[in-house]
Order: sequence, then C-alpha cells, then structure tokens
Amino acid sequence: MVERTPILNFVTHLVLFIGFMLAVAPFVIVAIAASHNLKEVNDVPMPLLPGGDFWANIKTAWITAGLGPKLLNSFIFAAGVAAGKVIISALTAFSIVYFRYPGRTLIFWLIFITLMLPLEVRIVPTYAVAANVLSPYQAILDVTGLSWLIEKISGVQVSLSLGLLNSYTGLILPLIATATGTFLYRQFFLTVPDELTEAARMDGAGALRFFIDILLPLSRTNMAALGTIMFLWAWNQYLWPLLVTTDPAHATAVTELKQLIPNVGGIPEWNIAMAGTLIVMLPPLVVVVAMQRWFVRGLIATEK
Amino acid sequence: MEKRVTFSRWTVGILFAVPQMLLIFTFFYWPAGQAVYWSLTLQQPWGGGNIWVGLDNFRSILASADYWNSITASLAFAAISTGLAMVIALVLAALTDRQLAGSRFYRVVLIWPYGIAAPALALAFRFILAPEAGFMAVVNRAWPGFWDPGLDGADAMASIIAAFSWKYVGYNFIFFLAAFQAIPRSLIEASAMDGAGVVRRFRDIQFPLITPTIFFLLVINITESFQDSFGIVDIMTSGGPANATNLMVYKIYSDGFKGLDYSGAAAQSIILMMLIVVLTIFQFRFIERRVHYR
Repeated sequence: MVERTPILNFVTHLVLFIGFMLAVAPFVIVAIAASHNLKEVNDVPMPLLPGGDFWANIKTAWITAGLGPKLLNSFIFAAGVAAGKVIISALTAFSIVYFRYPGRTLIFWLIFITLMLPLEVRIVPTYAVAANVLSPYQAILDVTGLSWLIEKISGVQVSLSLGLLNSYTGLILPLIATATGTFLYRQFFLTVPDELTEAARMDGAGALRFFIDILLPLSRTNMAALGTIMFLWAWNQYLWPLLVTTDPAHATAVTELKQLIPNVGGIPEWNIAMAGTLIVMLPPLVVVVAMQRWFVRGLIATEK
Repeated sequence: MEKRVTFSRWTVGILFAVPQMLLIFTFFYWPAGQAVYWSLTLQQPWGGGNIWVGLDNFRSILASADYWNSITASLAFAAISTGLAMVIALVLAALTDRQLAGSRFYRVVLIWPYGIAAPALALAFRFILAPEAGFMAVVNRAWPGFWDPGLDGADAMASIIAAFSWKYVGYNFIFFLAAFQAIPRSLIEASAMDGAGVVRRFRDIQFPLITPTIFFLLVINITESFQDSFGIVDIMTSGGPANATNLMVYKIYSDGFKGLDYSGAAAQSIILMMLIVVLTIFQFRFIERRVHYR
C-alpha cells in the first residue's frame, strides 16, 4: 500500500519468519534425526547438524517396516479413491443437475447428509458392513420375507456373503461413499451456459454424448483439483486402513509407521523411526508442492 | 438454482445416480442405522441375537466417569487446539496479505503442514517432545521432572494439541488468505486514502468482512478435532496416561474393537454423531444467516 510503515513492516517480516521457522522446523528436525546413529540421536542436546548415517537409517526403516510394498499399497489405495471420487461424483452431479425426475430432491438431500457424518464416528458398524458387504441386502431379504419365498420356491437357502477385509475394494469403497465431490461438480455444472446444452441437443446429441463430449472436457480443472485433494486425503487416512487391513501384506505406509515404535512404555530407536517418518511424509509433500494450485483450489471449492 | 434446459429421458438420469446411491446406502445409511440399532440393543455373550434394552446403553455410558472424562478431554482439546490454530493462522494470513517482499514464498511454505498425515506428524512430534531425547530433554536436564508426557496427563494433552494445531494452522491459513484476497482492493485503497492505517483497516474493514470464514473454520476445526485427532492420539499417547488423552473417537475405537463392546461403542457413536450434526446445523441455520456482510 501507499504509506510508509517501517516499524510495522519490520514486525510483519519478523512474525512471518517465525511462522516459517515453526512450519519447517519439524521437517528439518526429522531429517536431521534421521541422519544420526542411535547414540548421537539420543544425545542431550540433540546435534543440530546432519550426521553421516542418513542412507543407512533410511535403508533400515525401509526394510523393518517393509515400506516398498506398503508405499505401493498406499499409492493404489489413494489413486483408487481419487479416481472413484472423480468419476462417481461427476455421474451423480450430472444426474441431479441435468434431469428432472421424481425423487430428485430426495436424492440430493440423501447425498447432502453424508457430508455431516465422517467415517470415523460410524466406524464400528461400517467395519461390520465391510466384513460382509452383502449383509445389508441379506437383512432386507430376510425382513421382507423374500428369502423365505426363494427358499420355498427353489429350495436354495439364501445366504449372501462377500467379505471386503484385506482387499483394495474394502479400503477404497467406503471412502468414496461421501458427498464431497458431488457438490463441487454441481456448482460447476450450474454455471455451464444453457445455450451449450441447447446447441448440443440441436446437433442431435443425447444425454450421454453431451456428458462425455462436452461436460467432462469442460470440467478438467475441477477434476484435477478434486483428484489432488482426494489423493492426499486418502493417502493420509489412518483409522480405516488400520481396521480393514489385518493382514500386513495389505497395510498402507501410514499404518505401518506403528511398526517402528515399540508397544506401550518402550522408547523407539529414534533415528530409524524418524527415517521412516520422513519416507511416509515425502509423497504427500511432493504432491502439495507440485500441485499447489490445484490443491488450494480444490480445498476451497470442496469445503465451501 | 435450476437448469432451464434438461434432458427428457429421466430414466437415464436416474441410472447416472445409481452407483453413488448404492455406495452411500451400503457404507453410510446402513451402518448409521446399524449404529442406532446396536445402541438400543445388547448383544448376547454366547450369540443368539440382540435383545432390546431401550436406552440402557446410553444410561450406563452417561453414568460412567470414564465417558465424562473422555468428553471433557475432547472438549478441552477441541477448544484449545482450535483457538491456537485459528489465531496463529489469522495473524500469518493477515500479514502475508500485506504483500510485502517475500509474501509469495510464505504463501507456498505455510501450507505444507496440512499435507502431512496425522500419524506421521504425530511420530515427529513425539520425538521432538520426548522427555529423554530431542528438545525437551534439554529443559528436563535443567529442571529434572519438568516434562514427561508419559506420566503427566497435562503434558500429554499439550503434546497432542501442539501436533494437531501445527497441522491445522496450515489448513486455516489457506482459507484465511483466500478470504483476505477476495476483499476488493478498492475498498482497502479508499480507506487508506481516508487516512486509516494498517491496523485500523484490519479492525474495521478486513476483519468484519472475513467473519463468515472465521465461523466456517470454527465449525470445521472443531469437527476435525474430533476425527483427525485419532492418528495423533494413537501414535503419541494411546489415550494415556490414565485416560488423560482418551478422546471420544479413540474411546469408541478402543471400546468397540479392543473391548468388543459394540453396544457401548454404538451408543457413543450416536452421541458423537448428534454433537456433530448439531454443530453443522448450527453453522448452516444461524451463523451463515446472521453474519453476512457481502
């Protein structure tokens, strides 16, 4: 601005610099701790310059927690959630915005309500559903008497069962079952001019054609923003993967961090634990830095 | 807002909504209903279905000192960490918005913390705040026994608050900065010409204009402090010492999956759900309507 405010400017720079230090300090400390051997890292005070054991520690952490396959799992999981969200939300938003059918408002509200209750608070019953994903349908058949009817007619006892524990499907699907992306698309579709739809229809395009050839290409920026946010969100999930992946082969990198700390009371080998932390921190950080524009845009658009 | 031009084959339209409806029925509405059912029944120890117990599960939970302790801890955690994360982020965003030299750099770096997974940053903070190594060990050497999150409940609470606030400063910063930048430049310039200084402009123009963002973030921070705290608590303190950091979601998890008390855990889930729904409705109905300057 126009005025000269030397003192205030100095304070501004000072405060922002302190904020910057606080924001990066944990990253720096983790990196330094990961570069020392066990004795040095437990020194009081901790050495403030990097030591020489960085790669050795990284290697130990990598092997102890089996991070190679776990990072791959995390990647498949996060990419699956991001892709699923981007596709399914687009379909639903298209249905809500571009069609008039009975019950449309009901569908809108049914989806809207899912925004309110995050997975964490309904974790126990959701786990039960994941253990047998067909149990809701079995219960419906039982209650309505349909399973009795089927048994009478065909002599086959109906017992539907499909477990999703320890599978990518079980990891991914429950995280897609929220409304976050649907409203992002809805807001965008509402701003698409009606003339475009009219022109497309006049040229003989049906709903599907219009959706694939016109609407989706126009939504590319929204897809990038939503995909970035969802990838990070899924990568950083902890409670759900912890429950669903009882078999270590399916665990994600974030849940495997627990392998690096001993059970209650013990003191971890800090240099190894910090090396592991650094590896797990890095991929989302790279995404934030590389996709900053989409990240910020997606965050603001999905939440508001 | 409605579209003027739509497609007439509405059966096709419904088909587009089917995948999402199936998903939210299976993984949202059914489990939510199941939670209500479990909270009103008690599972028989040797199988044989659930028996109806009405509100007994809620009564026994509300009579348990452990549960009230968990509520108090969650509310204290929510209040302090939300306050810290929002005030710090507000100051940093307001100062970054002054656009002095280097502000573009701060805009990039200050949002990094939000990208980090809660358990990873929890492990980092566990080391930084460990009593025997890292940084607090120096303080402990000067005053032996000053800091020990493993034994002292207040220290443990302070540790998880520090870790959570650090992450959410980054989150709040993004929204505050976007809100500041949405204020028309001409407004600020006009008041500067009228002789209002930087502080005056902040107090009388910028701050009132971002109140909707403040209330929005207030609700989001509180609800996130209920859920995103799980990873931090699990890695840093496991709910201890002596239940001092046994926050609500962590207690649901440990009662449900470690104690196998599905009914009790379901009743706790219902109470937490109602708390979050009330907060959300509060945000939509009252705050959004009352605070509107644009």
